[in-house]
Amino acid sequence: MARRRSAADISYALVVGGLAALALLILVGPVVIVLLTSFTDGRSLRFPPAGLSTQWYEMLFDPARSRPIHRAAGNSLYVAAMATGAAVILGTLAAIGIARRGQGWARALDTLFMSPLILPGIAFGLAALMYFTLIGLRPSLDLIALGHVIVIVPFVLRTTSASLSQLDPALLESSASLGAGWFYTFRRVTLPTIAPGIAAGAFLAFIASLDNVPVSLFLAGPRSDMLPIRMWGMMESTLDVRVAAVSGVLIVAVLALMLLMERLTGLTRRMSI
Amino acid sequence: MRLAEWQLAMPLTLAFAAFFLAPLLILAAISTFDDDQLARVGFAQWIKFLGDPFYWRVVRDTLALGLMTVAATVLVGFPLALVFVEASPRWQRVLLFVIVLPLLTSVVVRTFAWIVILGQEGVINRTIMALGLSPAPLRLLQTEFGLILALTQIEMPLLLLPLLGVMSRLDPALGDASQALGASRWRTLFRVTLPLAVPGLVSGCLLVFASSTTAFISQSVIGGNRLVYLPLVIWQQSLVVYNWPLAAVAALTLLVSVSACVVAISALGRQIAGGRAAGVAHG
Repeated sequence: MARRRSAADISYALVVGGLAALALLILVGPVVIVLLTSFTDGRSLRFPPAGLSTQWYEMLFDPARSRPIHRAAGNSLYVAAMATGAAVILGTLAAIGIARRGQGWARALDTLFMSPLILPGIAFGLAALMYFTLIGLRPSLDLIALGHVIVIVPFVLRTTSASLSQLDPALLESSASLGAGWFYTFRRVTLPTIAPGIAAGAFLAFIASLDNVPVSLFLAGPRSDMLPIRMWGMMESTLDVRVAAVSGVLIVAVLALMLLMERLTGLTRRMSI
Repeated sequence: MRLAEWQLAMPLTLAFAAFFLAPLLILAAISTFDDDQLARVGFAQWIKFLGDPFYWRVVRDTLALGLMTVAATVLVGFPLALVFVEASPRWQRVLLFVIVLPLLTSVVVRTFAWIVILGQEGVINRTIMALGLSPAPLRLLQTEFGLILALTQIEMPLLLLPLLGVMSRLDPALGDASQALGASRWRTLFRVTLPLAVPGLVSGCLLVFASSTTAFISQSVIGGNRLVYLPLVIWQQSLVVYNWPLAAVAALTLLVSVSACVVAISALGRQIAGGRAAGVAHG
C-alpha cells in the first residue's frame, strides 16, 4: 500500500528507530564489552584492551590461585540446586492448587506468592537474618537455600500457571470418565502438558538463585561465601580483572543453557510476565 | 484418602507463613526496640530516623532513583517494543533473545560491565577524548547519571517482557485503521497504541521501580560513597555497626514507601487505561 510519506511519518521513523537502536546498544553493548575485556593482556580495565591474552582465565582456573572463587562458585551451585528443587516441587503443587479458581482465597494466595518479585529483596534479606538468628539457626548453605526458595518460587509459579491455563479441562474429564484415578490422570495427562512450563520456570529460578544478592548478603556466614558476594568484594577492594574472567564464564554458560532451554521448552515465549 | 486439589497449595502457603510472613513480622518487632542490645522497648529508633533530615534525603533520593530509572527505561524501551511488534517473526525471535540474555546475565556482571564503560579509561571517556570533545576525562562513576544509565540496562528487560506480552496481543488492524482514517503515525501512537499498551507498561514499570530501589550492588559499586540510598543504610546499620533496630526501621521505610509507590503507579495506570480505553471505544 503506497502512502504519501509525510514529514510526521519520517520523524516518527527516525525518533522511534533511533531510540530503539539506542536501547539495543545499551542492552547488548555491556555484555560484549565484558567478554572483550576478559581477554585483556593488561592489568587494568582499559577498553579496548591493548592486546589479547587468556592470562586472567588461566589464573581463574588455577585451583591454587583462585580457591576462594572456586569455593564460592561451588556454594552458589549447591544452593541454587537445592533451592530450585524445593521451589519446583512447592511451586508446581501450588500452581495446580490455585489454577482456574476464581475465588478470593486463590487470588490472595497468588498475590502472596508473587509478592517477593516486588518486595524489596534487601528488606526480606534482613528480616530473614533476624528471624533465623532469633529462632537459633546458625548460618549455613541450607539456610541460604531456604531463603532463596521464597525469592525464586514466583518464577516457577508463573510459567507453570501459564502452561496449566493452556491445558484443556476436557482432557482431564475424559481421562476421569474412562476410569483413570486422579494420580494416573496427573501423571499421564497433566504432567506431560505442563512439563515444558515447569522446566522453563526451573531454569529461571536456578539463574535467579545463582544471581541472588540480598538474601545471600545477609545469610552468608564467613564459611559460606557465595559467588555474587565474592565478586562484589573483588570489585570493591582491588578492581581484580578476574571478575571479567568470571563474568565471561558466566555469560557463556548462561548463553549455552539458554539455547538449550529454548530448544527444549521455548523458553523466551514463556518469559512474558 | 484423596487429596482435594486446593490442598496442594498448602505446603507453599505454610512455607510462606513460616519463612516470609513471620520474618517480616519479626522485622517490625525488632524496629520497636530503643537500643541495639534489644533490651528496652520503645520508638527511639523510629524517632531518630524520622527526625533526621539526612535520612529523609536518603528516602527521597531512593524513590527518585526508582522513578528516574523507570523514566529512562520507558524512553528507550517503549520504542524498542514498537519496533518489536512490527518486526517479522524471525526478527522477533532474535530481538527476544537479545532482551532475555542480559536479564539472565548476573547483576554483578552487568554492574561490572558499567565500571568498564564509565571509568576514567572506559569506553565513553576514551571515545570523548578521541573525538576531542573534552580535554580531560569526565567523571561518570559515582554520579547519578552513571548509575541511572547502568540501571537502565540492568532493568530494561523487566520492563520489556510484560510490555511485549501485552503488545504482541494487540490487533495490528487498529493501527492500520487509525492510519487509513488519516491519523499520522505519531497520532496513532499516542491515541491508539500507547493507551492499549498501558497494562503492560504498568507491570513493567512496577518491576523496574521495585528492582532499582533495592539494587544494592549496583548502587554501592557505581554510586560509590558519594551516593547514599536506603539499601546501603540497611546494610551498614545491620552488618557494619550492628544497630539492628535502626536497620529494621530503614528496611520497613523502604518496604512501605516502595509499596506505596507501587499502589500509586498501579492506580494511575488503571485510571489511564480505563479512561483512555473508553475513549478509544467510543471516540
